Amino acid sequence: MDTSIIMGALGAGRSHSRLLQAIRTDRGGRILLGVLLVTAVVVPLLNLLVPRSSVLHLSGYSVALLGKYMTYAILAMAVDLIWGYCGILSLGHGAFFALGGYAMGMYLMRQIGTRGVYGNPTLPDFMVFLNWQQLPWFWRGMNHFAIAAAMVLLVPGLLALVFGFLAFRSRVSGVYLSIITQALTYALMLAFFRNNMGFGGNNGFTDFKDILGFNLQQPGTQMALFLCTVLALGGGYLLCRYVIASRAGRVVQAVRDAENRARFLGYRVESYKLWMFVLSAVLAGIAGALYVPQIGIINPGEFSPVNSIEIVIWVAIGGRGTLYGAVIGAVLVNYAKTYFTAALPSFWLYALGALFVVVTLFLPRGVVGLLARWRPRLRRRPPAPAV
Amino acid sequence: MLVLMLAPALLAPVSGAAAPAGGADQKLSQLLGRLAQASFADKAALIKQLAELHDARARAVLRAMLEENLYARGTDNEVFIATAAGAAGDRLDLTDPLTGRPVGTASPDDLNSIGIDNQLRTVLRVALAQFDLSSADPAVRLAAVRQMLRAVDADTIAALRARLQQEKSPAVRHEIRTGLALADLDGGTPAARLQAVQTLAGSLDPEVYSRLTATLQRSGDGSYAESDPRVRAAAAAALRTIDRSRSLYAIVQTLIYGLSAGAVLVLAAIGLAITFGVMGVINMAHGELLMLGAYTTYVVQLIMPQHIGTSIAVALPAAFLVSGLIGIAIERGIVRHLYGRPLETLLATFGVSLILQQAVRDIFTADNRPVTSPAWLSGEWQINQALSITYNHLYIILFTLVVFLLLLAVLKRTRLGLEVRAVSQNRAMARAMGIRTDWVDAMTFGLGSGIAGVAGVALSQLTNVGPNLGQSYIVDSFMVVVFGGVGNLWGTQLGGNALGIVNQLLEPYWGAVLAKIFVLVFLILFIQRRPRGLFPQKGRAAEG
Repeated sequence: MDTSIIMGALGAGRSHSRLLQAIRTDRGGRILLGVLLVTAVVVPLLNLLVPRSSVLHLSGYSVALLGKYMTYAILAMAVDLIWGYCGILSLGHGAFFALGGYAMGMYLMRQIGTRGVYGNPTLPDFMVFLNWQQLPWFWRGMNHFAIAAAMVLLVPGLLALVFGFLAFRSRVSGVYLSIITQALTYALMLAFFRNNMGFGGNNGFTDFKDILGFNLQQPGTQMALFLCTVLALGGGYLLCRYVIASRAGRVVQAVRDAENRARFLGYRVESYKLWMFVLSAVLAGIAGALYVPQIGIINPGEFSPVNSIEIVIWVAIGGRGTLYGAVIGAVLVNYAKTYFTAALPSFWLYALGALFVVVTLFLPRGVVGLLARWRPRLRRRPPAPAV
Repeated sequence: MLVLMLAPALLAPVSGAAAPAGGADQKLSQLLGRLAQASFADKAALIKQLAELHDARARAVLRAMLEENLYARGTDNEVFIATAAGAAGDRLDLTDPLTGRPVGTASPDDLNSIGIDNQLRTVLRVALAQFDLSSADPAVRLAAVRQMLRAVDADTIAALRARLQQEKSPAVRHEIRTGLALADLDGGTPAARLQAVQTLAGSLDPEVYSRLTATLQRSGDGSYAESDPRVRAAAAAALRTIDRSRSLYAIVQTLIYGLSAGAVLVLAAIGLAITFGVMGVINMAHGELLMLGAYTTYVVQLIMPQHIGTSIAVALPAAFLVSGLIGIAIERGIVRHLYGRPLETLLATFGVSLILQQAVRDIFTADNRPVTSPAWLSGEWQINQALSITYNHLYIILFTLVVFLLLLAVLKRTRLGLEVRAVSQNRAMARAMGIRTDWVDAMTFGLGSGIAGVAGVALSQLTNVGPNLGQSYIVDSFMVVVFGGVGNLWGTQLGGNALGIVNQLLEPYWGAVLAKIFVLVFLILFIQRRPRGLFPQKGRAAEG
């Protein structure tokens, strides 16, 4: 396949200069990275050093919330990578996120050890409850962080590889692809709801104790996780930006704009789409893996098709095809969600519904497009293509 | 002349009935007189004699005796049928068993109950059944045969054999034969037993199955319950035959249930087949239009709680209008601006679905609403002892077929249908020919949405009516449309039924959830093989 294109580009020395060049022209990206840097400095200061009594103190709850927004931002970026740049609208990206989360959850469950309700050293509580005598094969080794971390990357990646290979090879595209990605996450949701799948059924995983030996309840551990998330978001952004600036990225954009023309020019359209799709799924898996220890629960509800559609609206609201727009959208919408579900619960769903309608009808380029109207320097970008 | 000829004809039955009536009266009153003081053993004999009178009055006496309403007057041993008097609970209304007329009331203290025990109860039931055996109604005769077969003795066998000679109804004949054969299986000579087994071979009665199985059992000392090896071999063969036909009926039942599950899918998807298939518009709010149809049924039943039976008939057009109008509003307000951008349409209509769901939650609360099923929808059709189908399964198949044919007629036979097809094939050319494509779009969307509303009425009879009703059908509906092939109603029909049957076939082995997962995975793989469904749309317009 065409791994050689991406891998070759990664290895080459001049690739650094290409990334630098891409960042130099990417004003939004520079702002985003700057904001992330500031966040990474200010949030620990406010949380750990400012005393609790102070107005400026940031509670552990707020840090976890910010961490959650960041993981959602990574997820939104993953969706934008394929929707904005490949024209693939996935309505099933929540599945990759949840799979990454489940892989991390399995590791965390094994770390509970004898501290569970039943005190079984190897079996998680729900297996003892179901009267299982031994660990299923796919749980073996998940007590090692390295193996769990590998699974976080491999499971979503392999699923995306197989699914994408089948779908793109037979040229399933447009709404058909959207619908079968939705079917994929729906099927996974039904599967994970089953008790005898070995993933805790309905309740999923929760009640985690520690990660790599550090107590998850400690502010220090929470802060480290938060910083990892910020790092992952920044790193993920650079990776995506780099991939898009590469030769493969340009081909992919050509495929988005005129798939048949790109194919007739001799490009293996399927391979480009496939690798982009896999990369996006792996990013989503990482986001899920960072989400679970900070939120402390993962259950099959994460697979629900509605969740996946919501991710798409974050991207649409932020501004499709910009990457940083996806980050803005994810943070904005989720902040609004947190605020309104507490303040005006029934209003939130009306607002979310209206957002879908208003953004598609009046803001095809999202918040970023709105900002660009006032900033002539950004206006030079070509308009987002209709997909 | 005419009068003269008719006169004997009119008189004959009267006189014919009158003559034996005198003798019967005498006999009946004599038997009743003896009943008052008889022992339990004598009573059994008297009951049989009463039954042999074949007199409706004797039947009334026997029934009263069974219900313990038969009394003898303490002073003169006159026998009466007595029931509790309406208002004054301490007095009994008396009826003369000979004339059937009321003859005043009496205090329970003045009457002696004609007591019965369990053994007599059986004798009475059999005797009553013997009466019913000559009833004109085959259903009564069938019930009588079944009653008699519960307590088989030489008398009942003789009565049943006699009845078999003159019985016309095949069902009753079959029941008698089965019963007699079962009786033979117990007693009888080896030849009779062999004959009995052969008679029983075609029966689906669970009783027959267990009795035949019992003949093949070994008792504790290793000997078979049935001593004759020929009878055993015949019984084993008969059991195999029964097993075969049982599994055949099981398949038939699975197919019908699969068809009905498929019909539900078709019903949910067929509106989508129009909006998605014909117009190329993804309407994620389709599920909510189903939901609105179901809620319309609920509201109609709230308005007319006395007429549940007709409420469905009112709800159908009402739901069509409600969902259809909201569909038109969605098309005019949103979808119209997004033609040619299917992914944006998908997102915008998803927003509409969230709003509709929340609106329903605010108006009707988040709890499920109770929708009553009319009486004519419940019950089941017992075809034979191995196969019975509930009526709602049949109705849903029929209803879907009607909706499908109506829709097909609209699309193929009306002006609107012609224009819809023209626009779907080539929008620009249709407009050039003077078709108002805007209007056609709105009408098509309204039609598809209205059908969703009608489907919602049907779904309200099958599942819970709640704000999430639509969500649970939307993925399935899309699957059906994509599987069948976009833009093809026949594909939707076939696709829905195929998925329903496959689901139903897998369910007993894998459970409902795993079967559903398998169907989804199958569909995902199927779309790889045939990206345009079972029946792809042909022509240049179909190229995306």
